[in-house]
Amino acid sequence: MITAILTIAGLATLFGLILGYSAIRFRVEGDPIADQIDALLPQTQCGQCGFAGCRPYAEAMATGEAEINRCPPGGEATMIALAELLGRDPVALEDEAAAEKPKSVAYIVEDECIGCTLCIQACPVDAIMGAAKQMHTVITDECTGCELCLPPCPVECIHMQPLGATPQTWKWPYPADTVTEAGHG
Amino acid sequence: MADARKDWSFHGGVHLDDHKAESTGQPVRRLPIPDRLTLPLHQHIGLSAEPVVRVGDLVKKGQLVAQASDYVSASIHAPTSGRVVGIGPQAVPHPSGLYDACIVIESDGKDAWTDLPEPMTDYATLPTADLRERIRWAGIVGLGGAAFPTAVKVNTSGQRPIDTLVINAAECEPYITCDDMLMREQAADVVEGIGILRHLVGARQCLIGIEDNKPEAAEALRQALSTKADTGTEVVVIPTLYPSGGEKQLIRLLTGREVPSHGLPAAVGVLCQNVATAVAVADAVLRGRPLIERVITVTGRGVRQPGNFRVAIGSAADFVIAQSGGYSDAVRQLILGGPMMGFAMQHDQVPVTKATNCLLAAAQDEVPAHPAERPCIRCGECVKVCPAQLLPQQIFWHARAHDFDKAQDYHLFDCIECGCCAYVCPAHIPLVHYYRFAKTEIWAQEREREKSDLARRRHEARVARIERLEQERKARLRQKKEALEQKSGESAADPKKAAIEAAMRRVAAKKAAQPPEPETPGGE
Amino acid sequence: MQFATGSSPHLAGPQSVTRVMALVLLALVPGTLAMLWYFGWGLLINLAIAVITAVVAEAAILLLRGRPVAATLIDLSAVVTAWLLALALPPLLPWWQTVLGTTFAIVIAKQLFGGIGFNPFNPAMAGYVLLLVSFPVTMTRWLPPEVLSGNLPSLADSLHMIFSGTPPAGQTWDVISGATPLDQMRTELSQNRMISEIHKSPLWGDFGGRGWEWVGNWFLLGGLFMIWRRVISWRIPASMLGALLLVAGLFWAIDPETHPFPAFHLFSGGAILGAFFIATDPVSASTTPRGQLIYGALIGVLVFIIRTWGGYPDAVAFSVLLLNMAAPTIDYYTQPRIFGQRKSNDA
Repeated sequence: MITAILTIAGLATLFGLILGYSAIRFRVEGDPIADQIDALLPQTQCGQCGFAGCRPYAEAMATGEAEINRCPPGGEATMIALAELLGRDPVALEDEAAAEKPKSVAYIVEDECIGCTLCIQACPVDAIMGAAKQMHTVITDECTGCELCLPPCPVECIHMQPLGATPQTWKWPYPADTVTEAGHG
Repeated sequence: MADARKDWSFHGGVHLDDHKAESTGQPVRRLPIPDRLTLPLHQHIGLSAEPVVRVGDLVKKGQLVAQASDYVSASIHAPTSGRVVGIGPQAVPHPSGLYDACIVIESDGKDAWTDLPEPMTDYATLPTADLRERIRWAGIVGLGGAAFPTAVKVNTSGQRPIDTLVINAAECEPYITCDDMLMREQAADVVEGIGILRHLVGARQCLIGIEDNKPEAAEALRQALSTKADTGTEVVVIPTLYPSGGEKQLIRLLTGREVPSHGLPAAVGVLCQNVATAVAVADAVLRGRPLIERVITVTGRGVRQPGNFRVAIGSAADFVIAQSGGYSDAVRQLILGGPMMGFAMQHDQVPVTKATNCLLAAAQDEVPAHPAERPCIRCGECVKVCPAQLLPQQIFWHARAHDFDKAQDYHLFDCIECGCCAYVCPAHIPLVHYYRFAKTEIWAQEREREKSDLARRRHEARVARIERLEQERKARLRQKKEALEQKSGESAADPKKAAIEAAMRRVAAKKAAQPPEPETPGGE
Repeated sequence: MQFATGSSPHLAGPQSVTRVMALVLLALVPGTLAMLWYFGWGLLINLAIAVITAVVAEAAILLLRGRPVAATLIDLSAVVTAWLLALALPPLLPWWQTVLGTTFAIVIAKQLFGGIGFNPFNPAMAGYVLLLVSFPVTMTRWLPPEVLSGNLPSLADSLHMIFSGTPPAGQTWDVISGATPLDQMRTELSQNRMISEIHKSPLWGDFGGRGWEWVGNWFLLGGLFMIWRRVISWRIPASMLGALLLVAGLFWAIDPETHPFPAFHLFSGGAILGAFFIATDPVSASTTPRGQLIYGALIGVLVFIIRTWGGYPDAVAFSVLLLNMAAPTIDYYTQPRIFGQRKSNDA
């Protein structure tokens, strides 16, 4: 009886020590979870999730306050990546239609622009150049397509232009789309 | 030396019917200049060239029309004299069928040369930087199909010294014979080009790798070498086995050295150049000519008269085909390049570029439609033939499941897309298509990530700036307020107050000194 | 002018899954004929029942799954599975057991995992094991080979026995059936008899059981044919038989009176058939070159262990299924060095 108790107690102590040691020895200095989430978001800062940018949404997800399906620009892929990271179940996107919109960038019709600078103030990534009373222009490479500059424009001279593929950015389609379907048709 | 060399081999490969005889019956024929030439600005690996002409400009043959815009980029010259009639998107030879920026030149029919730079016949005495600059000026790119800018490739400074120059004359793809014909007819130019390249990189020896199905070309080269008394250069005949002309495979065959995965041949002291590139280098250095034309093979049962043609770069494919007798009724596919690695074009309104080595108009029986894909049975045939020694079935498995990280774990990016695996696959799986799908998806993801990183940085900078401005504004406000307060504080301590206080003190002192008495204004 | 498009390579070799499977069937012919010669009509009847069942079951499931039926059946994989299973079954097995085993192999072990290419286990062996554990009596009721009995049951008798499940009038199963050499060896060894005594029995031929050894030789011929035609690689059969020989040889060298001569292991039971035709099933086997060597060798060792100390007389099916489970792991740890990758020793 005594031996049994001693053995169990000894084992418990031993495993406790091993666990304690490993907790110190193999400690993972991970990014805070919000940073990891933020890294997965597309950084359009568009606010379609209902938060004032990607970072606040990431923090809300980290604390479990927000669902993972509220980022239309990220689409299905981002939702699945978030589900994997956070160990949650994938859910359908809240706004499917918005997610299917092609990637676009803003374009200012320069003849119509009155130089009011309202769009410059709205742009979350400083991708619009210009000054008061001078026409503005969008730096295409830096535009995230968030559309936040559209509503402030008093003369509605900003349009969204879909970004078409170039031979350099073109992607080979998934083979099954063309081959297997035909074979199984 | 030939006796001393060990016969090396590479893993895998497939034996294919070479179909070379169809297009080697006639000598290379120069085609006329078409009325219109379309010059894509992106004919090479690297950044697109930057146009230096405007619509309406008159250009001479050999005149620079677009300049290399980066270190890894290549200049483009007018292949004939005429007028620039357009700069904008045109159909380009690309599997996507998309349009890309091109310069369109309308020929004036005179074919008049511009002033060309002086030949550098004494190249051996010139600094290598000057020679590289000449090659860069000429817009030379690898003419075997990859189109990597040659001036960049021959700049081996800062790398391990090059002891061996490998000249790729394997031409292992079936049907293609342009290098074969070039060697038969211009062996002396090849040897000259080799001399320049060897001088450039300081290579002790040069090995010309040529498959044993081209005995005439090998003989022509040997003859030219003996005339030149070039002793450091050797023609090495290798067995015909696809893809012996893959850069890493050929280096392995000739030297036994294995170029590291993700590394350059320079890492094992080798520089590899295509045989046609060597001729282009000779043209640029010894004759001051830019790269404005090339030899291409037009073949397949889909054309009436297969053969090799010297074509101005920018000539449309349909023009070239028409010049070679036109299509036969059997044509089914138009492939740019060979049947193993070439790209099938949707139509023939695309220009011949520097990278185009073959127009294969193939008939149904030559390139049959792909049978329906069946499930992989993991038979491992692909493993046996893979020259990169990969596990193609595993990469396929993960690419099919969109699991790109796993596909990369199995070395997706070491795949050279030679097509051996898909060729032998009994389940008819378009394996290379899956790899290309995965590769382009991964590149797109990387671009997205870069873009989102940029957006994050810019957004954070903006937030920080707004915060800073806000704080500065607040600081200014506070300062103003403080200034104001201080002012009021100081004003409180000014003479008026002091006088009042002093008066009060005096009064108090008086009161203390005198017995209280009714104070009246006129008491004093 | 518009042209057909698609990714390179635009050429395709002459191979197809159908061709691979047809070659396997062709390679099975000599061994099958030898078995017919030694064990009579029952085998042929089993073969017919199994093949018909397999094709019908496969077609039915494909229909249910909404997959192309004809295009899949033409790959002949169901026929190969049925054929291999039939060869492993006792020649007079009641018909419904053959049907059950084949249906299990096709429906559960193959189609429910996704059909050809997706089955983690060898379907034929899964069906065989199901029958072996469910019907141990009928599944171990083998016939003595013709060379021993001198007369095999006639076609009519075979049909009668298979479809009624009872021996012909006036006979008992004990008269008709005979133990397999492996079974015999096992039983007698467990009675503490010496190998030299056991070997005096007429059951023994030159290096295995009489009759059986020749069946093995003909399957070996078929296997070599497949290696020659590059249908299978030499690695799995060589490593499996090599390991079996080695381990058996080791124990035989220690004590030749309690452990049979290594060749006995090779030419008894399903070793040859298993090494060339079953363990090499590409879908469920290891696919890396080094992995195949390990996979084969482990099967060989397991076969010896189970035969010697296990509860069943033969062990090829169990060993193959066990290693099927390990194959993905083996593959993962035996990835070949790719071109240009630093060799581990010069790192």
